[in-house]
Amino acid sequence: MLRDITLGQYYQTESVIHRMDPRVKLGGTLLFIISLFFFKNFLGYAIAALFLAVVIKLSGVPFKFMVRGMKTIILLLMITVVFNLFLTPGTPLVSFWKLTITIEGAKLAASMAIRLTLLIIGSSLMTLTTTPNNLTDGMEKMLRPLRVIKVPVHEVAMMMSIALRFIPILLEETDKIMKAQIARGADFESGNIFKRAKALVPLLVPLFISAFRRANDLAMAMEARCYRGGEGRTKMKPLKYKKRDYIAYLCILVYMVGSIFVGRLSF
Amino acid sequence: MSMIIDHVNYIYEPGTPHARKALSDICLQIPDGQFVGIIGHTGSGKSTLMQHLNGLIRATEGHIYFNGEDIYDDDYDMKKLRSNVGLVFQYPEHQLFEIDVFSDVCFGPKNLGLDKREVELRAFDALRKVGFPEELFYQSPFELSGGQKRRAAIAGVLAMKPDILILDEPTAGLDPKGRDEILGQIKKLQQETGMTILLVSHSMEDVAEYVDRIIVMNKGSIMYDDIPANVFAHYRELEEVGLAAPQVTYIMHKLREKGLPVDAGATTIEEATEEILRALR
Repeated sequence: MLRDITLGQYYQTESVIHRMDPRVKLGGTLLFIISLFFFKNFLGYAIAALFLAVVIKLSGVPFKFMVRGMKTIILLLMITVVFNLFLTPGTPLVSFWKLTITIEGAKLAASMAIRLTLLIIGSSLMTLTTTPNNLTDGMEKMLRPLRVIKVPVHEVAMMMSIALRFIPILLEETDKIMKAQIARGADFESGNIFKRAKALVPLLVPLFISAFRRANDLAMAMEARCYRGGEGRTKMKPLKYKKRDYIAYLCILVYMVGSIFVGRLSF
Repeated sequence: MSMIIDHVNYIYEPGTPHARKALSDICLQIPDGQFVGIIGHTGSGKSTLMQHLNGLIRATEGHIYFNGEDIYDDDYDMKKLRSNVGLVFQYPEHQLFEIDVFSDVCFGPKNLGLDKREVELRAFDALRKVGFPEELFYQSPFELSGGQKRRAAIAGVLAMKPDILILDEPTAGLDPKGRDEILGQIKKLQQETGMTILLVSHSMEDVAEYVDRIIVMNKGSIMYDDIPANVFAHYRELEEVGLAAPQVTYIMHKLREKGLPVDAGATTIEEATEEILRALR
């Protein structure tokens, strides 16, 4: 049940996208998302979708995986579409009862839906092709200039990678404790909301205790290996741009200029 | 009153690239009152199989019958099954959550919907059966030693008065003394109550002394299912799959090879001592 969340999951395979420097993927994803907000016509979205399709094809991640990630946000998507559809003022298209759909509303709802879908698929593609460690490494290096204004970039990156690392562990732990309590006759599925909330106590208490225990152990293990923050710390595999990364940057640039130019044309 | 496992197959995450066969074609019959040891390497499927027995995992294929009833029947009462088949997970102390040991042990019987008196009676009884010291009954479970925590957790399952008690590696992480105490207590429990006990372990040494029957699992299927002496006779095959027979078995076989006429079937140190003395006489 909890395992169906694709967002933030890594899909292991060999591809040019997987081997790419995480900074390219981070920057590319960011630019891709920004580009989505510049389009004024549907041709721009078509180009964005095409670009995304090519990248997905290159990444070797089955399309099925992306769609699975979509399931979790379908509700959000529906709400956005419905609100835009009915609440945008403009020329009425159809109206029934107290509801009116306007031409502007229909257009806005459609572009919102497309935009959100592309946005989610685009960003889940990044996490599907980049290991969490790589991702935080890239982020750390990209944000390094912020150290000048006293932003603890390394510490934030380290916290993020630890948090990401702990997600699967805690999921597994939850599963185990849940089973153990079910074996003792606990019931997590029936009763009203208060009863259910109360039923979570035997799950949450052990879960928190184990999270604290694990955090403690990890801190101890890090200290035993002389971890003392980012100052003067070197990397075993430092990030270095290769030829394919420059080519990728070029592709993204071409896409940005092209799509925004076409996307802002008015017919 | 018995458990029959009929051609059970289980596949993890079917239909995804992570799909993996965890159990293949398991057939077992566990009669009442038997003390069974289930041995296997990490990932051999022993824990997965145990979770099938009280319905926490549903088999992809096959059937499980408890007291002649198919537990996968639509109208089968899973809650009742779980009270009849008690499952103590690995590191069970991680499930403790109440403010004191006694209330924690009460959790199981309380979920069965019994009245307060009966719940407390059972909790008291269960704690006594696992040899939990009375002066610690109202301590926080988080302030106990590892061995005591484990006893408290086992009592938590025992208080539901199951007919079958499954223990998944009950001695993991305990020192030798704690291990012997827990195992001794379980054996005593089995003799006193006639309960069916399934003891999961990866160490032959642990179970050899206590069980009536050993089931060896390897890569999701059953490799051997026999009385301990017969299973240990295959000590060479066991080694090939990364398991070992008790040291006594090795000594007895070595002695035989060197020409001492002993019976190599001895499984415990006591039996072996007697056997060697008999042969020397």
